[in-house]
Amino acid sequence: MINNIPEPMTPNVFRINKKYKETHDTFTIELEPTQGTDEFFFSPGQFNMLYVFGVGEAPISISGDPKNPKTLKHTIRVVGTVTKAMYRLKRGEVLGVRGPFGSHWPSENAVGKDVIIIAGGIGLAPLRPVVYQLISQREKYRKVVLLYGARTPEDILYTYDLEQWQRRFDIEIKITVDAAAENWRGDVGVVTTLIRKISFDPSHMIGMICGPEIMMRFTVAELQNCGVGKENIFLSMERNMRCGIGFCGHCQFGPVFVCKEGPVFNYECIENFFGTREI
Amino acid sequence: MKPSLQRGDRIVLEREHFQNLLDALNKKGYQIIGPTLGEGSIIYGKLSCVSDLPIGWTDEQEGGMYHLKKRGDNALFGYTVGPHSWKNFLFPSVQQLLQAKREGKGFQVNRKREEIPKFAFLGARSCDIYAITIQDKVFIKGKFVDPHYASRRGDTFIVAVNCGKAGGTCFCVSMGTGPRADLGFDIAMTEVLKSDRHYFLVELGTERGAEIFQEIPYKNASEEERATANTVVENTAKHMGRYMNTDHIKDLLYRNYEHPRWNDVAERCLACANCTMVCPTCFCTTVEDTGDVPGGHAERWRKLDSCFNLDHSYIHGGSTRYSIRSRYRQWMIHKIATWIDQFGTTGCVGCGRCITWCPVAIDITEEARAIRKSEQAAE
Amino acid sequence: MQTPESSLAEHPFLKDLNPRLITFLAGCALSTQFHKNQFIFREGEEANYFYIILDGKVAIELFAPERGSITIQTIGEGEVLGWSWLIPPHRWRFDARAIESTRAIALDGRCLRSKCEEDHELGYEVLKRFASVITSRLEATRLQLLDVYGAHV
Repeated sequence: MINNIPEPMTPNVFRINKKYKETHDTFTIELEPTQGTDEFFFSPGQFNMLYVFGVGEAPISISGDPKNPKTLKHTIRVVGTVTKAMYRLKRGEVLGVRGPFGSHWPSENAVGKDVIIIAGGIGLAPLRPVVYQLISQREKYRKVVLLYGARTPEDILYTYDLEQWQRRFDIEIKITVDAAAENWRGDVGVVTTLIRKISFDPSHMIGMICGPEIMMRFTVAELQNCGVGKENIFLSMERNMRCGIGFCGHCQFGPVFVCKEGPVFNYECIENFFGTREI
Repeated sequence: MKPSLQRGDRIVLEREHFQNLLDALNKKGYQIIGPTLGEGSIIYGKLSCVSDLPIGWTDEQEGGMYHLKKRGDNALFGYTVGPHSWKNFLFPSVQQLLQAKREGKGFQVNRKREEIPKFAFLGARSCDIYAITIQDKVFIKGKFVDPHYASRRGDTFIVAVNCGKAGGTCFCVSMGTGPRADLGFDIAMTEVLKSDRHYFLVELGTERGAEIFQEIPYKNASEEERATANTVVENTAKHMGRYMNTDHIKDLLYRNYEHPRWNDVAERCLACANCTMVCPTCFCTTVEDTGDVPGGHAERWRKLDSCFNLDHSYIHGGSTRYSIRSRYRQWMIHKIATWIDQFGTTGCVGCGRCITWCPVAIDITEEARAIRKSEQAAE
Repeated sequence: MQTPESSLAEHPFLKDLNPRLITFLAGCALSTQFHKNQFIFREGEEANYFYIILDGKVAIELFAPERGSITIQTIGEGEVLGWSWLIPPHRWRFDARAIESTRAIALDGRCLRSKCEEDHELGYEVLKRFASVITSRLEATRLQLLDVYGAHV
């Protein structure tokens, strides 16, 4: 009987159908299961544990369209041994996938409200699925705004999507970079400065934030300055994860496990320890 | 055939019939694990005979200190807990999770499971039974079930021993986890040593606990025998080596993330991780993937890890908990505060192992007291 | 047609300023427009004005040999450009270039400096507002300095 319990640490084998560079240190892979069903369902904000045969595993957020379960997309930044090994994989090769794990962005809470999405750097990857989702049911929401900060113009992710979204009249996109050469016609400055440049109803809005922790700290403060209540702010946290299912203990963030209760948290639930150093 | 025993019954097992209990468990197919002498202390290992128990031995424990000595009698359980706990068997420190082999461009995962013996834990102390129920919450009572823990935990038969002696670092009374076993056992025994008689007052906790005694000589316990056994445990409760005030302890610690005491303890703490290794509830593991050189074979291993290791909190580029201050704080606040939010119970059972086995004698009860005292002084 | 005075009153930089002082400021104000790529001021020049941006976008740049002009920050609608007029030696430290067609109200710094000396209420209000702008720019600069999106964080 006990031997029938599924092994949550066993990855399923997925094949790489496409792989392309996004920026100098990021790339996207499109995956398809090699066994069982050919669909992979997830909610925007969730992540998978991706495994390179014989090398290791890393938590990577899902960055594709939830309405297209036949293509599982991950955008990966090359930062460590495992992500380097992923970068070396070619089309037709395989990856292990466990997931989807974790909580998701509160799209259902956002119905009838303004939605302000604020992304920093690779933080756009776990937010892209929610943008797809909001666009596909655009009539359910009031304003939809995406504020995106990157390091330089060359570090901007998903330029093809951003250009398409910018052409729409029902979604406002503002992009800023930390540093640029003179040929850059867009904004220069940190992403928090964009918040003052848009108008929204602070009492009827949902803010969704993902980026480096410092960026999120300042973004939360700026939203609160604008009168946004903490119950309407959501952010996606990052911690070390070895298992993704609450067994390994590494992703503890105060009383919560980022893999189980997160990665998407309501700010009110983590406010008391969000700013605690080295927590 | 004797009149059938029932759950809740109290009976007496004479010392001379103790081996029958081991034999009965063996006959039922259990691998008996219990206290035995080894590694200069009392550890847990396989038992087949009563003489495998540390008969006549006891331990002396204090902060950073453990040693064995003779008792002067022939008690079977005249000591407290050693460096091992049942997690050594339910949750081994190194465990293979899977094997995979390359096939063409893909790979195939081998899902074969290890053969796990059916365990009987003999001589489990109340604090340690609480520790097992705490790990159950982590590994089998949540959204995901760990099949490795679950298969080891399976139908573990638990023979509890109510403590007849309190150790120098014990504080189960403070944590509400002992010294009398009150849950999770099949049978619970209190050892009674008198000048002319050596017996065990046995409480039957489950039907299968009652069943085991079908082939063991016993007699029903008299009022006097019960009262004597009670006195033994009550006396233990009165002699706890340590005390921790747990009143609103979660809020106390949540208020004190920035307390100067963390700096103080960080000066002493070596971040050696001993406390987490001996703790019967600590469950952090790391997952290691390995591959052979030709690239055809891969394995995944789970190894005990510790929040005292710098790598524990590593995310690309750095560790979230870089200072020892923050790592000790994480351990202690997790153990007696955040654990309550996570699993509805504290992660500390008052077994005192972390105090005994700390090379510099850091004492969790003392650290908690210092923080509480400073608040009281400030009032 | 909006007068400089009404544009000033509506601008976030001067939000809730006493109308008497708005009128006072309007006395030093001049509506102005910059075409795309036009320099508004250049590093080292005398800082005689500051600009209340009505629309468009201005890049604050610094020239570095070999790297060319580096944009430090962009400023747009609802923001204010330039504080060197206020602080001695009254010279611009950076280049400011309109990267889009930009409408602004230029305020004469020399005129304003003397008005602030005469009318301390005005001086205090102006300084308070600039202090807030300088603080938020400093905060933003500190964040940029951290390079939070860099691989090391």
